Amino acid sequence: MIDASGSPSRREFLLAAGGAAAGVALASVVVVRPARATPATMQEAIDKVVGTARVSPGRVKLELPPLVENGNTVPLVVRVESPMTETDHVRAIHVFAEKNPQPNVVSVFLGPRAGRAGVSTRMRLADTQTVIAIAELSDGSFWSDRADVVVTLAACLEEP
Amino acid sequence: MASALIRVPERARRGEVVEIRALIGHPMETGYRRTQQGERIPRDIIRLFTCTYNGTEVFRAELHPAIAANPFIAFWTVATESGTIALHWTGDNGFTATESAAIVVE
Repeated sequence: MIDASGSPSRREFLLAAGGAAAGVALASVVVVRPARATPATMQEAIDKVVGTARVSPGRVKLELPPLVENGNTVPLVVRVESPMTETDHVRAIHVFAEKNPQPNVVSVFLGPRAGRAGVSTRMRLADTQTVIAIAELSDGSFWSDRADVVVTLAACLEEP
Repeated sequence: MASALIRVPERARRGEVVEIRALIGHPMETGYRRTQQGERIPRDIIRLFTCTYNGTEVFRAELHPAIAANPFIAFWTVATESGTIALHWTGDNGFTATESAAIVVE
């Protein structure tokens, strides 16, 4: 198919061009990383806090509205069942989001002087996603709860 | 000086668990937004919130960009003695704010 002058035929040229384009597309898929946390990075953030300990479901109650119209300010309440005594209390509560640009949301540290283990705040949600709350107890155990939230208007995207 | 709004009960019985609410005016700029010219707006958030009861720390929160603008935090503490409950916020660009309230425990 190659003529005497050595220039490629139309078919060869198209094949080569198509291959190159596919290569570029593939490379860009590999190179471009999403600027948001994925479940994997959230797991990494959780591992950083929890270490090798086991996180059991229960004892924690994470309250978030199931349907959110505006992700810029979403009320969040975490409560943990604990007598909050010197020997048995909640040391810390951590909140993680799987699809925000960063997985960490808030970490609160308390002790027996809190009296009641809980915190309320308002968070941003960049997308429809799962939010996880993990409580660290004074005996070293970890407990968690999760909430699925549907977001209509995402935070972080609007122009200032 | 940022405007902070706090709610601490004026009186409480000894041993009573009281709720403390704190709201402060702050943009909590995430560092992920861009201007219309495409320039990234630098991060400007409150990183740390602490509550001290007569000088002893009873509550601490580490905030991340996922906390909404004008951070609101509510938590509980045991009214142990009369005195001062002070709330401190510290953040990027040298931001600090302190607000305190007196509590009478009987």
